[in-house]
Amino acid sequence: MTGPARAEPPAGFTLAQYLICLRGITWREALRFVHQRERFVSALVRPLVWLFIFAAGFRQILGVSIIPPYETYVLYEVYVTPGLIAMIQLFNGMQSSLSMVYDREMGNMRMLLVSPFPRWFLLVAKLLASTAVSILQVAAFLVVAVLWGVELPPWAFVTVLPALILCGLMLGSLGMLLSSMIKQLENFAGVMNFVIFPMFFASSALYPLWLVQQSSPVVYFICRLNPFTYGIELIRFSLYGRFDPLALAVVVAATAVFMTGAIVAYDPARGLLVRRGGGPG
Amino acid sequence: MHATMKRILTAAAAAMLAGGPAHALTAYVTNERDNTISVVDLDAGKTVKTIDVGQRPRGIVLTKDEKFILVCASDDDTIQIIDRATLQIVGELPSGPDPETFALHDSGNPLYVSNENDNMVTVIDLPTRTVIAQIPTGVEPEGMAVSPDGKTIVNTSETTNMAHFIDYGTRAVVANVLVDARPRIAEFKHDGSELWVSSELGGTVSVIDPVRHVVTGKIHFDIQGLRGEAIQPVGIRFTKNDSTAFVALGPANRVAVIDTKTLKVEKYLLVGQRVWQMAFTPDEKYLIVTNGLSNDISMIDVGSLKVIRSIQVGRLPWGVAVAAQ
Repeated sequence: MTGPARAEPPAGFTLAQYLICLRGITWREALRFVHQRERFVSALVRPLVWLFIFAAGFRQILGVSIIPPYETYVLYEVYVTPGLIAMIQLFNGMQSSLSMVYDREMGNMRMLLVSPFPRWFLLVAKLLASTAVSILQVAAFLVVAVLWGVELPPWAFVTVLPALILCGLMLGSLGMLLSSMIKQLENFAGVMNFVIFPMFFASSALYPLWLVQQSSPVVYFICRLNPFTYGIELIRFSLYGRFDPLALAVVVAATAVFMTGAIVAYDPARGLLVRRGGGPG
Repeated sequence: MHATMKRILTAAAAAMLAGGPAHALTAYVTNERDNTISVVDLDAGKTVKTIDVGQRPRGIVLTKDEKFILVCASDDDTIQIIDRATLQIVGELPSGPDPETFALHDSGNPLYVSNENDNMVTVIDLPTRTVIAQIPTGVEPEGMAVSPDGKTIVNTSETTNMAHFIDYGTRAVVANVLVDARPRIAEFKHDGSELWVSSELGGTVSVIDPVRHVVTGKIHFDIQGLRGEAIQPVGIRFTKNDSTAFVALGPANRVAVIDTKTLKVEKYLLVGQRVWQMAFTPDEKYLIVTNGLSNDISMIDVGSLKVIRSIQVGRLPWGVAVAAQ
């Protein structure tokens, strides 16, 4: 994937060359995704378990109040769908960075990092690739959800795309930032527990925030600080062709912070890898 | 030049007046606990005005010419007449004691009022505002229906669990049809071929042949994830061509859509809490339902069978009437 570019001087790549690099990285991510059929199945099964089993038990709970973007009462399975979409992207973002830890351990990352393309570009390309994979997973999930009886506007698949790209980038860059701090694969499992579960549960994924606020103002405050909440709300609004400016602002800002952090962390001169002396950077 | 200008302006003004002020589709909702009526602009999706009326307003209907709103003020033992233009109470009708609900004959007159505590039906002539007849019925009349030809009055009684068929001419009970526990609402099809009676406790709707006076079919409801007791059928509405029926299921928070030929439930639509009464918009594009416990009304798109919006009204909304203009 870096072959054609290697002969060139480090500066002044053409756009076509950038695209070749992007295609190579995306292709590798897609191949990895296709080859790991279990990963695809588990990416699909996880939200579906929530939808089929968890939501079934909560059917009677909701319909208590109407919150934007909904204009009438919705079933719990309709409410929880945006949260499950975001959950797919959260797991995918973390898994994709897990693969970076794996690559680093196995030495594959050297191949990528010795590429003469700027480091930031390699990381962004990797993020875009993992976001694309997550959107494929979301599409598969949405098809099953609609067949299951979750009612969405017909154009939801289109209007949700920009939100999926933004949310995917935010969660992917968060994963990347985390992966830069982890030396070994084993440590990553802990981070999964300390990041994925709190992020998912302390958000508006499972319950509307007004309900959380009623039971615990502290948890409500935490939910409000959680960027994942805004990712979910961005997806929720866009499914109905609506737009939540606050959610957009928070997601964009969080993406910028995480991505900058990841780029700095992976920077060979200043990065955390060097500081720790463990990384191959 | 000046004259031409004037003429153009006059013409423009005339054109604007001819078009008339475009009235929004308006719903009137009785709020049983607030003693008010909410005036809801259905196009904008919000309550635009609240009118104070008598105590415990329940049944509500518009006169045929849509000039007046008639409201049962149950605890004031009267029916109030509200002028739609001014939204002021302009008169009363001699309803008899505790009027709960009423039925207006398709022709616009007379009005049949059910008096729950006195076991009577009071028939009122609207133009003269006088009582034409008072007809004794079964014990505790609850729901009431008048056949399209005006010859038969049907009363449901929650004490006897029966639908009583009363001949309007002779004032005599001609038949008693046993239905399931606590019958609520009785509703004739527009062609008069069937009478449907909802049983709140029985959780069913009985289909009755009004000629032979027998139950010809029974509709049961089954909603995934809900226990049977939560399903309490109340309001019934038929589309004008009688092909589809809508049944409000009370605390099940659903409206059932029923194919009247097969008597099969086609769909359950999620609405607010304890859905009670319903009314079509005059063009039958929407069905408006009152949600008693969540203090709002839901708007159902009849074509796509989707609940498109819920709108906040007063406390304990009971009945609803929709004006075309």
